[in-house]
Amino acid sequence: MTDIKAQVDVLPGIDPRAPLLQINDLHVEFRTRDGVAKAVNGASFWLNPGETLAILGESGCGKSVTAQAIMGILDSPPGHITRGEVRYRGVDLLKLREDERRRVRANKIAMIFQDALSALNPVYTVGFQLAELFRTHRGMSRADAKNRAVELLDQVRIPAARSRIGDYPHQFSGGMRQRVMIAMALALDPEVLIADEPTTALDVTVQAQIMGLLAELQRQRNMGLILITHDMGVVADVADRISVMYAGRVVEEAPVYDIYDKPGHPYTRALLESIPRLDLKGQQLTAIRGLPPALTDIPQGCAFNPRCGYAKEPCRQDPAPPAYAIAPRRTARCHFFREVLGD
Amino acid sequence: MSDPTLLATVEGRPRSLAGDAWDDLRRNKIFWASSVLVVVILVMALLPSLFTSADPASCALSNKHKGPTGAAIFGYDSLGCDVFARTVHGTGDSIQVGILSTLLAGLIALFFGLAAGYYGGAVDAVLSRGIDIVLGIPFLLGAVIFSGRLSGPGDDGVTAVTVTLGLLTWTSAARVMRSSVVAAKNQDYVSAARMLGASPARLMFRHILPNAVAPFIVVLTLLLGANIAAEATLSYLGVGLKGDAMSWGLQISEARRQVRVAAAPLVWPSAFLAATVLAFIMLGDAIRDAFDPKLR
Repeated sequence: MTDIKAQVDVLPGIDPRAPLLQINDLHVEFRTRDGVAKAVNGASFWLNPGETLAILGESGCGKSVTAQAIMGILDSPPGHITRGEVRYRGVDLLKLREDERRRVRANKIAMIFQDALSALNPVYTVGFQLAELFRTHRGMSRADAKNRAVELLDQVRIPAARSRIGDYPHQFSGGMRQRVMIAMALALDPEVLIADEPTTALDVTVQAQIMGLLAELQRQRNMGLILITHDMGVVADVADRISVMYAGRVVEEAPVYDIYDKPGHPYTRALLESIPRLDLKGQQLTAIRGLPPALTDIPQGCAFNPRCGYAKEPCRQDPAPPAYAIAPRRTARCHFFREVLGD
Repeated sequence: MSDPTLLATVEGRPRSLAGDAWDDLRRNKIFWASSVLVVVILVMALLPSLFTSADPASCALSNKHKGPTGAAIFGYDSLGCDVFARTVHGTGDSIQVGILSTLLAGLIALFFGLAAGYYGGAVDAVLSRGIDIVLGIPFLLGAVIFSGRLSGPGDDGVTAVTVTLGLLTWTSAARVMRSSVVAAKNQDYVSAARMLGASPARLMFRHILPNAVAPFIVVLTLLLGANIAAEATLSYLGVGLKGDAMSWGLQISEARRQVRVAAAPLVWPSAFLAATVLAFIMLGDAIRDAFDPKLR
């Protein structure tokens, strides 16, 4: 069995002591006929092995685009990365040639999609799709690749994996399909897994199983996991740290319990307040007033200022608030974080 | 991985798209009926003497418009030629023109459609305008000019007509291909394949093409029938087959003038033409269905 992984490891400039994944000041824009949509405006965060970072935010705040930019699967045109770095173990992936980049994908960083049915090719059996990965990336024989595919489906707890290997994606249930997707993403033992709303398309009981499975696989493999979600409930159970995104910026970054305990940014606070609570039955649900800004027309200063109860004059003027270090390992981009923390 | 017990427990043969399609086709009666018909037609085209010993060129005016006899089961035409022998011997040129021109059109359409749909942007704009330009050529005018230019003096016109039809009829197939490639390209599974390190060629031929090819196949099967009929039109206008060539189209256009006196010389080649087109359309349909796992 030839091991092509050895080739990937000679990626020039790999520094084993550097953070597993570090995103610095990432800017992504979409150039469309109706103008330039600034989807990501200086997102920065880092990830260590074995750690789970949740990226939280409303629809359209740039979470998925950030993930696609990290993977290098942004549709270009219209998407363009205009600034920033995506460093894997110190190597800036954005500066690699496309063929080098391709070897990083799946081997080092992999991703699972929201809707597994559309993310699996409908004309091939799941066994074929899995085995193909081992054959093309690892040069395995057909029989070896098939056995490895069965093992992997077993690992993601697909019952009777050996007999289901010849089934097509549409013959699986929603939860089973997401398991297949996870198996495909983990096939080449990546060190980073990006999960883009992995449970949004599933019902609640299945959601819990999939999240449990992800957490367990992460522990076994000591993988870094980036969990993109808008579901605060999911985050509390599995995440170590949270990055809250708004209008393409990380507005607050903190360990998970700190953020639930005392949010440091008005947007985070508003998100937490809008979670429906069982103990307050019969009352009106709290919602954040207003809508997220159009990405073609992001407000000056702090992007959240038109919806913010704390906003004063400095918030409405450029530059946007810097990332204040509000506590050890915590940052928030709010001029009035002291007031927010105090409330 | 080389554990023999593991290997031994892998049951059955590996399943592939083509293998599953074949399993599906084997149980499909329409597939068998249409393939038997297609095989008969192909054998008839290659070896007409298996079906008739009569010489289609030896005609006796004394037999003019005679009805069916034991020797000539379809009767005789206005020149006293054996209609059955002529129809059988006409298969070769008709099928050759039909299949080869459709293959040529299919190859051009595949290239234009796949490249325009996959690369998009400027490539798409240039190739799509190319399609529009060819589509803008009036078919008969273009065919008269091309076919006339391509055929030499002593030539039977088969190559000229094949190339002419191929060059003029690929546009609708290319448009269908382009739009289904665009639709397939934006699917998540293509992003997922990219995420899993697939190369552009692999994306195009492994992931996009198999998901985009079904409507294309249907258009091509329809085009096959249309091209066999178009050859008849060109032959009727005098810019198609000529000389020794003997196609259904030629026979139909010759027989039209005497249809009220004798219908058989018109009816039989037409029936063979219709059966051929139907057989290819049914075959194309069955194959398309077999390659779509969701219909299984």
